[in-house]
Amino acid sequence: MKPDKILLLGSGALKIGEAGEFDYSGSQALKAIKEEGIKTVLINPNIATVQTSEGVADTVYFLPITPYFVEQVIAKERPQGVLLAFGGQTALNCGVELYHKGVFEKYGVDILGTPIQSIIETEDRELFVRRLNEIQVKTIESTAVQSVEQAQAAAENLGYPVIIRAAYALGGLGSGFCNNRDELKALAEKAFVYSPQVLVEKSLKGWKEIEFEVVRDAYDHCITVCHMENFDPLGIHTGESIVVAPTQTLDDREIKKLREVAIQIVRHLGVVGECNVQYAFDVSSDEYRVIEVNARLSRSSALASKATGYPLAFVAAKLALGYGLHQLKNSVTRSTSAFYEPAMDYVVCKIPRWDLGKFQGIDKTIGSSMKSVGEVMAVGRTFEEALQKGLRMIGQGMHGFMENRDLVIAEVDKALHEPTDMRIFVISKAMQAGYSVEQIHQLTHIDKWFLYKLQGIIETGRKLEVLSPPENHPEEGELLKSRGLQDRSLEQQAKNQKQQVKNWGEAEVELLYEAKRKGFSDFQIARALWKDDMTQEHPLTIRRLRKALGITPVVKQIDTLAGEFPAQANYLYLTYGGKEHDLEYCKDKRSVIVLGSGAYRIGSSVEFDWCGVQALQTIRSEGYRSVMINYNPETVSTDYDVCDRLYFDELTNERVMDIVELEDPAGVILSTGGQIPNNLAVILDKQNVPLLGTPARYIDNAEDRHKFSTMLDRMGVDQPRWKELSSLKAIEVFVREVGFPVLVRPSYVLSGAAMNVCSNKEEMERFLKQAANVSKQHPVVVSQFIEHAKEIEMDAVADKGQILAYAISEHVEFAGVHSGDATIQFPPQKLYVETVRRIKRITRQIAKELSITGPFNIQYLAKGNEIKVIECNLRASRSFPFVSKVLKINFIEMATKVMLGLPVQPPQKNEFDLDYVGIKASQFSFNRLQKADPVMGVDMASTGEVGCIADDTAEAILISMLAVGYRIPVKGILLSTGAARQKVDMLSATKLLHRKGYRLYATGGTHKFLKENGVPSHRVYWPGDTSKWPQALDLMHQKEIDLVVNIPRNLTKGELDNGYKIRRAAIDLNIPLLTNARLADAFITAFCSLTVEDIQIKSWQEY
Amino acid sequence: MSKAQIILADGTVFEGRAFGHIASASGTVVFHTGMTGYPELLTDPSLAGHILVLTYPLVGNYGVPDRGIDERGISRCLESEKIQVKGLVVFDHSRSFSHWSAGLSLEDWLAEEKVPGIYDVDTRALVQVLREKGPLKGRLVVGGDNWEGGGIAGSKMVENHPIAEVSCKEVITYPGNPGAKKIVLVDCGVRHSILRNLLRSGLTVVRVPWDYDFRHLSYDGIFISNGPGDPRLCRITIEHIRYALEGEKPVTGICMGHLLLGLAAGGKVIPMKNGHRGHNQPVLDTVTGQCIITSQNHGYALEAESLPEGWIPSFTNMNDGTVEGIRHKSGPFFATQFDTAICKKPLTL
Repeated sequence: MKPDKILLLGSGALKIGEAGEFDYSGSQALKAIKEEGIKTVLINPNIATVQTSEGVADTVYFLPITPYFVEQVIAKERPQGVLLAFGGQTALNCGVELYHKGVFEKYGVDILGTPIQSIIETEDRELFVRRLNEIQVKTIESTAVQSVEQAQAAAENLGYPVIIRAAYALGGLGSGFCNNRDELKALAEKAFVYSPQVLVEKSLKGWKEIEFEVVRDAYDHCITVCHMENFDPLGIHTGESIVVAPTQTLDDREIKKLREVAIQIVRHLGVVGECNVQYAFDVSSDEYRVIEVNARLSRSSALASKATGYPLAFVAAKLALGYGLHQLKNSVTRSTSAFYEPAMDYVVCKIPRWDLGKFQGIDKTIGSSMKSVGEVMAVGRTFEEALQKGLRMIGQGMHGFMENRDLVIAEVDKALHEPTDMRIFVISKAMQAGYSVEQIHQLTHIDKWFLYKLQGIIETGRKLEVLSPPENHPEEGELLKSRGLQDRSLEQQAKNQKQQVKNWGEAEVELLYEAKRKGFSDFQIARALWKDDMTQEHPLTIRRLRKALGITPVVKQIDTLAGEFPAQANYLYLTYGGKEHDLEYCKDKRSVIVLGSGAYRIGSSVEFDWCGVQALQTIRSEGYRSVMINYNPETVSTDYDVCDRLYFDELTNERVMDIVELEDPAGVILSTGGQIPNNLAVILDKQNVPLLGTPARYIDNAEDRHKFSTMLDRMGVDQPRWKELSSLKAIEVFVREVGFPVLVRPSYVLSGAAMNVCSNKEEMERFLKQAANVSKQHPVVVSQFIEHAKEIEMDAVADKGQILAYAISEHVEFAGVHSGDATIQFPPQKLYVETVRRIKRITRQIAKELSITGPFNIQYLAKGNEIKVIECNLRASRSFPFVSKVLKINFIEMATKVMLGLPVQPPQKNEFDLDYVGIKASQFSFNRLQKADPVMGVDMASTGEVGCIADDTAEAILISMLAVGYRIPVKGILLSTGAARQKVDMLSATKLLHRKGYRLYATGGTHKFLKENGVPSHRVYWPGDTSKWPQALDLMHQKEIDLVVNIPRNLTKGELDNGYKIRRAAIDLNIPLLTNARLADAFITAFCSLTVEDIQIKSWQEY
Repeated sequence: MSKAQIILADGTVFEGRAFGHIASASGTVVFHTGMTGYPELLTDPSLAGHILVLTYPLVGNYGVPDRGIDERGISRCLESEKIQVKGLVVFDHSRSFSHWSAGLSLEDWLAEEKVPGIYDVDTRALVQVLREKGPLKGRLVVGGDNWEGGGIAGSKMVENHPIAEVSCKEVITYPGNPGAKKIVLVDCGVRHSILRNLLRSGLTVVRVPWDYDFRHLSYDGIFISNGPGDPRLCRITIEHIRYALEGEKPVTGICMGHLLLGLAAGGKVIPMKNGHRGHNQPVLDTVTGQCIITSQNHGYALEAESLPEGWIPSFTNMNDGTVEGIRHKSGPFFATQFDTAICKKPLTL
C-alpha cells in the first residue's frame, strides 16, 4: 500500500564531505514521489537548495536535521514513511538515532527503502565484517577499538602502517595513516572525538581503488550501474582523487568478479535502493578487499548518475515505494527498461577542487580524509581530452595538463611521494623535467596506463612547442566548416589545407588535430606556439585557423546505451573524438542558453545552482528551449531533466562559442551563474553573442575597479577610499592619509590568503613582504577599512535601469567579515529608516547609471547614517535564494522574464511587511581542514549556509546556529573576548551566561575585565604560560568546556599564536567555537532567553 | 600512419587510420557495447567472419593476456586459439598498456595474427548507421585498395558456412572424473570459456564437429555451443538435434545452440535488425518473473510465435521482447541465447 505522506531528510548546510550532491539526490527523490501523488515533507535548513524551492516538496521545514527537530516534525506531520538515504551521512545518522530511540515505531513511520538493520550493518565496522564473512567476502583486516590504548595494541598487532577511521563519520572525518605509535596516539584521540568506535586497519596503501554503484529492488533484481576507478591509489580518499569512469585498467574478468561480489554483498545485506561498494584491488595479484559499503545515495552515486545518465536517486526513490526495476523506464531512451546496466561510449573524469590557499596555517597534503570543497566532471572520447577539460574546469587558473604558469616545486620526488592539492601538476612538472613513467609510478603508485596517457599529452605539447606559428591566418568560411565524411577524400582536404597556411604542411595540420583530440584548448596551443609572445588575440587566431581547416568539435549524446537505442534526452557534450553531430540544429532562434556556475568552491556553490535552475524553468515556461552549460556533477542544473538541452561542458570562451555557434540562440544569460559567466561578458559581447540582461560594457563598468570608482565619484556616491599602489613608499603615504586599519589586496599572491587587514605599520610591512611582491607589474590595492560599521546587502531586480523588486538585508557581524561568512538577517532588524532610504536612493541611481536589466547586488557600509558603497555585482548574488524564499518572491524568475524582454509587474508586497525574520548562518568545515586557523575574516572561509525563519530574531538565530552544528552548552564556557571594545560588546551576554548558571572560564585579560564588572569567572592560562595552572587546553580535553568564545584582537591574519591553539583545539575536540563578538552576543542572548522547546515547529508554508 | 576507411555496403564511408596488420578485409560489420573484454571478443568464434566495431572508445588499455593453450588444446584465458574477427574498428587504442597479466599490445597482437584494424573512426556515428540499417557487409580499406562495395554488397555473399571454419575437425574427448556423466558438446565454434567451465565441473566432454553424427554415441546429455553465422544453414546439425529431442536425455545449448535447438523443435529463426552484442542485455525469466543482466552476442533470433506446442519462451529480452531462451514444458530440453555472470539458479544438467 502506498503511503499518503512521506518525510525526506536533507543534508543541511554544504560542508566538506557533504555538498551539493544531496540537493540533487533529494530533488530527484522528491520528484519521483510527487509523481505518485504522495505528499512530501522535507526537513532541510539549507535554504539555497533547489529541493527547498516552491513546487518541489509540499511542505518544507528549515529546521536542523537533528533527532529532536525531526521528531517534532514527525509528531506534527505524522508521515507514514521516511526516506533516510537521500540526505547523506547527516540524514542517515539522524535516522539511526531516531530508530534506536523508538521514534519511528512510536509514530508508526515506516523506514522506506533499505531496512535500517542493513544500514546499521554497513555503518558498524564489526557487524559489517561479520556479515561479509558470512558470504566469504574479503574485508580489510581491522580491529574496532574503544580507547586510545586499545588502538595502540591493535596497531601493534596488525603492524604499522595502519589507518585509523572513526565509525559513523562522513568523508573520512577523523581518519588518517599512522606510521608509528606517536602518530597513532595523536590521530586516535582526534577520531574518538567524532565517534565512540574507532577502527584500526591494516594499510593497503598503493592498491587500486575501485567503486561500484549497485541498485537492488524488493524483487531481488540487482544491477551495477557504473564502476569507477581512482586515478590515485588507495591512501587518498575517493573524494580527493581524480576518479575515472568507467574503470580503465581492469580486464573483463576482474570487472566481472568485482561486479559479482558487489551484487552478492548488496543481496546479502538486503539493500533496497542504491548502494556503493568500494574496493581495494591489488595490482599484481588480482586480490581484492571491500573497503566500505554505503547503503545510501552518495557523492559517488551522484557522479555515477551524471557519468552514465542513469538517475540513481530517482530510481532509488521509486524502489523505496515498492516498485521493481523492471516496472520503470530508462529515462534517457524512454523506450527501454530501467533494468539495465549502462554502456558508455566516452570516458569521464572527476577532478576535485580544493580551496586550501584561503587558509592560514593549513596542511596541504591530501590523504585519507577529505578536504576538497567541490568537483567537476569532464566528458571526452579520450582520457586526455576528459582530463584536460577537467583541469580547466576546476577554475584555478590552469589551462590543462600543461602550458600553465610555471609551478615552483622545491623537491619533485617528495612532492610526488607526498601528494598535495597540486598533485597532478607536480606530475606534469616531473614529466617535463624528464622523469620517466616508471619513476613516477614508483613514487606515486598511479597506474602506468594513466601515466602513459599523460606522457602522451606532454609529447604532443612538445611537438607544438617546436612548431612555427602559422604565418597567415585564413579566415573562417574559406573551407567547409566540418570535416566532411563522404563528400571529400582526405587527400583533397590536405591539398586545401596547404593552400590555407603558407608555412604549414599536412603534418602541422595533423598535429593541430591531434592536440585537439588530446584536449588542448586554443589557449594552450597558442601558448605553445607563441610562448612568451602570446597575446590575448592568439587563442582567437587559433580558433579561426582551426575552423578554416575544418577542425571543430562535434556534439555527442550521453545516452546510457552507447548508441544501441535512440535517445530522447538531450544530454550532450562536445568532443574532438568524432566527426558527426548526434543531433541536428534547426537554428530557429528559440534557444536561450544559461551559463552555470561550475565547480562548487568557497564563495560559489549551491545558491547559483538554484539561480540557474530557476532561470531554466522560467525560460521553458515562457516557451523557449532552455539550454544549460555546466559541468558540476553535484548540481541539479546538470540534471538533463531540468532543461531541454544540457551541455555538460566547459564554461570557457572557446567552448561557449562552440555551442553558441551551433545553437544560434535567441540569447545567453550570464547573470545567474556567479562570477564565472560574468567574467565572460566582455569577450562574448565582442564576438556578437546576444547577451540577455545588462549590456556587457556596463558589466565591465561595475567589475573594473577604476571605472566603477570614477562613476561613483561622478554620481556623488561615497565609497571607502582606495588606491592602486606599486611601491611601499606610496602605500605609506596613502595610509598616512586614511589611517590604519587598511585592507590590502595584492594583485599577485605569493602564498597564503589574498587579502589582509593591517592594523599598524609593522603588520602591513610583514604582510607585504611575506605574501605580496609589490611592484609596477604587481600593484597592490589598499583601501581604507572602516571599523564598527554595519554591512548591508541590497539584492534587486531591475528592468532597463528601473528597480522592480529589492531586498535589503543586514549583517549581524560588523564589516570585516566576508559577506559569505557573515550571519545575515532579513528583513533588517536594526537599521535606521534614514539608512534604508539612502540605500534605496543610491541603488536606484546606480541601477539607472548602469542601465541594469536583471539581477544585481550592491554591498554597503553604514556607520551612523553615512553610507558607502563597497561592491556592486551585476548578477545574482549568494543571497538571492535566501531573500527570494523568505520574501516568497522569486527574484530569479522575475529577472529572467525581464531579461527575456517580457512585461513584469512589480510585486505588491515588500520586505517591511513581513512579520517574521529570516537568518542566514554560515557553515564552516574547519574540522576537515587540519591546522587551518578557524577565524572569520575578509577572505571567505565557509563552505555552506542555512537559512531559517522564525517569528523573532532570537528564535531565528537559535535555529540557524543549531542548524550549522552549534550546540547549546550545558557546562562550562571558555571566554577570551579580544580587545577592549569587543570585551564591552560581550559584557551583557557574559552576564546572561553567569545568570543562567554556566561555569565561566576566562583567560587573563578577560578574567580581569569580568572581575572589574562584577562577573565571577575562573582564571585559566594560555598554552604559552606553560608552568601555570589550570591550562585552558587541559579543561577542553577534559570535556569541562562545551563552548569556546575566542575573539581575535583584530582581523590581521598573524602568527599561529596562543589564540590559534585554543581555536584549533576547539575544532579538533568538536567544541562549538565563536570568534566574532557580535555573533557570540546574538547566539548567547538567544540561548539564554529561549530553550530549544520554545522553538516553534513551523513550516515555510505557514509563514 | 596509413589512412584507412571502412566502407559499408550501402555506400557510407568512415575515415580513420590503419593499425595492426596493414591490409584490407571484408566482413559483416557489427558493433559490441561492452566496455571491457576485447581479447575475449576478438577471439570469440561467434564473431568469425565479422568486422567488429567497439563502441567504447578506449581499447587496448590492459594489453593482451596470456594467449597460451593448455595441454588439452584449450586457450587458458581467451575464447579460442586465435583472433576470429576479420577486422577491428575502434576510436582509439592504447599503444602503451598496463596490466600484470599482459605481455603484448593490442596493436602488436593484431599485426602478429594478420588482422587489420582501423582507429580514429567516429564509431558512434558508425553505430548509429548500423542501428538504423541493421548489420551490413563492409570492407576495411587501406591505402590504394579501391573497393566500391562490389562483390559482397547486399546479403548475397556466398561463402562456406563460417561454422565449418571454426568448428573442431574431429572428435575430441576430454575425460572427466572417474564415473562422471558424459556429455556431447556439439562444437559450432565453442568459446573456450564454455569448455573450461564444463571441464571444471568434472564432466566427461566429447567435443564433436558441428556436422558430426552423434546419434550413435552414448551420452548423458547434449550441449550445443555458440557459433557464427546463419543457423538456418546448419541443416545437418538441426537434423541430429531433432533426433536427440525424441529421446529423454537432456539437450541444452547457448547462443547458436539455442537457435539450433529452436529450429530442431520446429521454430523459425530470423535475422535481427539490431542484434544483441553487449554485456548489458536485460532479460526476463518468464517463469519466475526475475530479471537478469546478461552478456550476448547474436544477430539472429527465434520467433516467439513460431514455437511449436510444448515449448515456451523461458526468457525474453526486456528491450525488444525477442526470445532469449526456450524450454520444453515436459522434456529436459532448454537453452538460452546468453551468458550470465550471475544467475541465482545456474543452468545445470
